[in-house]
Amino acid sequence: MREEKLTALILTVLLSIAAALYLFPVYWMVSTATKTRLDALSIPPKWIYKPTLEHFKAIFSRGSGSSFAHQLLNSFIVSFASTGLVTIFGSLAGYAFSRFPLKAKDDLLFFILSTRMLPPIVVIIPLAVMYRSLGLFDTRLGLIIAYTVFNLSFAVWMMKSFVDEIPKEYEEAAMVDGYSRLRAFLKFVLPEMRTGMVATAIFSLITSWNEFTFALLLTADKARTAPPSIAQSMGVSGTNWGYIAAGSLLLVIPVAAFTFILRKHLLRGFTFGAIKG
Amino acid sequence: MAEVKVVGLWKRFGDVEAVKGITFEVKEGEFAVMLGPSGCGKTTTLRCIAGLERPDEGDILFNGRRVNELRPSQRNIAFVFQFYALYPHLTVWDNIAFPLKAEKLPKEEIRRRVEEVLEMLDLKGLERRKPKELSAGQKQRVALGRAMVRRPEVFLLDEPLSNLDAKLRERMRGELKKLQRKLGATTIYVTHDQIEAMSMADKIIVMNEGKIQQIGTPHEVYHNPANLFVANFIGSPGMNFIRCRYDREGGRLRDESGGIEIPLSEIAREKLGSISTDEVIIGVRPEAIEFHPGPSPRAIEAGVYLVEPLGSVNVVNLEVGGEVIKAVAEPGFSPSVDEKVWISFKEVSLFDGRGGDSIGAMGGEELWRR
Repeated sequence: MREEKLTALILTVLLSIAAALYLFPVYWMVSTATKTRLDALSIPPKWIYKPTLEHFKAIFSRGSGSSFAHQLLNSFIVSFASTGLVTIFGSLAGYAFSRFPLKAKDDLLFFILSTRMLPPIVVIIPLAVMYRSLGLFDTRLGLIIAYTVFNLSFAVWMMKSFVDEIPKEYEEAAMVDGYSRLRAFLKFVLPEMRTGMVATAIFSLITSWNEFTFALLLTADKARTAPPSIAQSMGVSGTNWGYIAAGSLLLVIPVAAFTFILRKHLLRGFTFGAIKG
Repeated sequence: MAEVKVVGLWKRFGDVEAVKGITFEVKEGEFAVMLGPSGCGKTTTLRCIAGLERPDEGDILFNGRRVNELRPSQRNIAFVFQFYALYPHLTVWDNIAFPLKAEKLPKEEIRRRVEEVLEMLDLKGLERRKPKELSAGQKQRVALGRAMVRRPEVFLLDEPLSNLDAKLRERMRGELKKLQRKLGATTIYVTHDQIEAMSMADKIIVMNEGKIQQIGTPHEVYHNPANLFVANFIGSPGMNFIRCRYDREGGRLRDESGGIEIPLSEIAREKLGSISTDEVIIGVRPEAIEFHPGPSPRAIEAGVYLVEPLGSVNVVNLEVGGEVIKAVAEPGFSPSVDEKVWISFKEVSLFDGRGGDSIGAMGGEELWRR
């Protein structure tokens, strides 16, 4: 009994230390965002201070270029639209790869994954040139297409493994019982795929929401999303950490909320092999 | 009910040839069992008949009409899957009613037919349960119910009993057979379990490596197997094989160690006259071995190697010539190890020692020269 208590105590201490380490950047972000510039830079750091919203005000009333609110809106539209497309296309392609006897299936799957092997910075220059001549430069549509293509490879693989776990007998039984393949898919496979789709959507949303390179180099002002704009505030006259922290905090909240809302599905989704029937 | 014909069916998956040009027919109302080890192509054949796989070559005919191009739902069949494939979010009632709803039948008709099936399969009281709340046996019955409710022309069953425990499987075998008789349904049943095949089938189609080895009644495949594969696959314990040389001039069979020498009868020599090799295999079922108290004409001397008491019978392992063979004896007969016994064969099958094809089956008496 005593031993058990001791183990629990040690575990609690260790986990508390780990949690403190993990959460410290979050604490720094929240505190710096709500400190005055002077408080933020004081040494030793001020643990108790009078909170302020001045950085948030500054973000939303910035003088030059499009407003931060507009950029956040861009981030929203681009991320959610590309996530929607990635989830739909990824699910359909994953289903096809899992169920149909396709020619050179393994080669195709490898090719799809290989598109992910080049770092974005390598493809960005030809892509930027193409985008300029196609009129996609500095448009939301341009970014949506780029993110969809970039995230799709991962989504196809992930959805394929989810569909593999769903016994194909369900749809076959439905097909024998009088359904077409499409109806059988919609009625029996799609509901079983929900967990995988949520997990794929969250991964895709996080990636496109935080994406920096494409956003920086494929947009100028109109379609610019929030991440590059925060980085831009590292000006020549010193870094405004409060401003950056406030911007980062605003950036983290939507994804955290989205993940929190869907956490139940996500947890199940991460246990890939465990979903059956 | 329909008559099913499969003509020259080929099915390949990449480089693997799963089914290699097989032809057979199942008559109206017949209970046909496709039997073979896993990977022999029996399930693939069944799926081709159902329309779940597209044949590479060959035709599937229902009542003489080619159905290759028809979708599964247009073939008027029912398919029972090995893992039941009950729709997990539908209740027992909705699972059974599903095919009728898909057909858009009137509500009253659906209710009547589902009730009828529930009654027949003893599923009353379970209507509101979901599949996960059912035992394996109940799931199996719901799967059967979903198949029956459409009144299909052909029932296709893919190892439907393999997930049940031994006791339940035994009971379901009988019930399935009775049900099939009652419905008079043309049924094709796939299994790797030879006991299931023997106990239920009107006709057994034995398959191996994508080819049909033999088609026949349970009696035929048991007593007159077409080749060594069938002889070995059917029966438990399997058939004993004694490898011999045929001495044409002397008209004798000798095993390789010289422990057995059989002067052959006219009939046996006639049968062996047709083969090109002098390698002959004698096949004897363990049940066809008779024990004698002492040396007697047409009896072979054997040494007891091991006795396996199974309760209802004793399986006696015997050393004959250079080989160990199994014999089934009364439970009271329990010789000690190394004891000498004398055995004769009530029934034998002769096989071509090279190709393994059957040369013929005969009574043990007929084998010996008088």
